[in-house]
Amino acid sequence: MSLGTTMKSSIGAKVLMAITGILLSLFVVGHMLGNLQVFLGPEKLNHYAETLQGLGPILWVIRFGLLTILLLHIGAAFRVTRMSKAARPVDYHQRKDLATSFAARTMMVSGVLLLLFVVYHILHFTTHTIDMAGVGELHDAEGRHDVYGMVVGGFQHLPTTAIYILAMLVLCVHLSHGVSSLLQTLGVRKESNASTVDKIGPIFASIIFIGNVSMPLAIFIGLIS
Amino acid sequence: MKITLHVWRQKNATSKGGMETYVVDGVSADMSFLEMLDMLNEQLIAEGKEPIAFDHDCREGICGTCSLMINGVAHGPDSGTTTCQLHMRSFQDGDAIHIEPWRSRAFPVIRDLVVDRSAFDRIIQAGGFISINAGGAQDANNLPIPKPDSDAAMDAAACIGCGACVASCPNGSAMLFVAAKIGHLAHLPQGQPERAMRARNMVAQMDAEGFGACSNHYECEAVCPKEIPVKFIAKMNRDFMKASLCSES
Ligand code: HEM
Ligand code: FES
Repeated sequence: MSLGTTMKSSIGAKVLMAITGILLSLFVVGHMLGNLQVFLGPEKLNHYAETLQGLGPILWVIRFGLLTILLLHIGAAFRVTRMSKAARPVDYHQRKDLATSFAARTMMVSGVLLLLFVVYHILHFTTHTIDMAGVGELHDAEGRHDVYGMVVGGFQHLPTTAIYILAMLVLCVHLSHGVSSLLQTLGVRKESNASTVDKIGPIFASIIFIGNVSMPLAIFIGLIS
Repeated sequence: MKITLHVWRQKNATSKGGMETYVVDGVSADMSFLEMLDMLNEQLIAEGKEPIAFDHDCREGICGTCSLMINGVAHGPDSGTTTCQLHMRSFQDGDAIHIEPWRSRAFPVIRDLVVDRSAFDRIIQAGGFISINAGGAQDANNLPIPKPDSDAAMDAAACIGCGACVASCPNGSAMLFVAAKIGHLAHLPQGQPERAMRARNMVAQMDAEGFGACSNHYECEAVCPKEIPVKFIAKMNRDFMKASLCSES
């Protein structure tokens, strides 16, 4: 069977979603670790940002790669959702859920919200198109783009902070089902490790949530200024 | 006991159908759920009305013919139990019970609560068999099978093909059924020669029948009257991906 035919099957589409899900999750981890340097002060964060910018063409390769992964993930998600909607044309008057979770039932909703957030986030901190606090174009003493000043200035603004914290809540919900789910999809979950696998998603999602929310929160309450 | 029933009535495959309400009085707690429906049907016949059509055969929990979505749960409230093995003692006097057919594009309603499950037969025909000529019976233990493998094969083989997994899945997915059938033969030496082909063909037929994909809600495992675990779905995914990507055709 060709790779294309395989990936279009019900199982192949889920495997594609799982693999792209892993890559996106790894990106989320890397992105969080990089940004946590805000706690180490302006020198560290601005240096990190400059290093990333200094990657030049490689940065574009990474951006293009991430976009492709995200598009494959979304494409597979829509394919799977369409198959599943079509599979039950007449709904029940009554159907009780016995095993599933809120997160599992709302993957499409959390996914679409995440997509909207990703667009907003890029317009905000990458292109500075949306700059409610007016801190997008600062420069530090060494003439570098003052990312530290931009982030700290940005999160002193309540609506911005609120949007980021809510978005992280959505990400947390998506990953709490997603990460456990992908381990089942890829055939890792067995009877002997099922309860551990079912905890990995919520634990991973909570770590991402705490790590990412700690930054806007610390800035907003004035721990970092 | 006095029970109020809200039952899906539908004249034939093309008519519209809807919920109808009936009251059955004098139900004994020792009756099975299907005996309670028999009682209602006799009452309907006496009144000159059409009895309710529902599927049943062995009434012993082994054939997989009975179905019914009872108060929103496939095979009703008792776990690990088919509808035919469910008893009225699981309900209380005065209860209202909703009964609907399995809902799936691949399982069209034929009449009332009866659906056409031949999609499952076509999935089996696509690969759920061993086509080698077995010859005469071998001596016992000629073909050694490790105990964990034979146990796992038997766990999967417990599937009676009732379709509760499809009925309960929010996605109308048949993965637990297909996984049980693939997993059953994949654990046995006799199943090895056709293992890759079986996984590919059965999954392709499952998709062609219009079943949904798996989002790992695990509703199927919760209602399966034979308590088949979703670990077989994980195993099927591994088999299918290996069969699709590593095969020469
Ligand atoms: C930061 C971005 C994202 C990450 C880290 C992420 C991660 C994941 C992971 C790990 C899974 C589990 C895959 C599996 O069950 O095998 C998943 C599933 C899913 N994702 Fe995402 N995702 C992201 C963005 C999106 C977006 C933008 C959408 C939709 C527009 C989306 C829609 C879905 C859906 C619908 C599922 C589950 C489908 C199903 O199982 O039925 N995701 N995601
Ligand atoms: S009628 Fe045979 S399993 Fe219920």
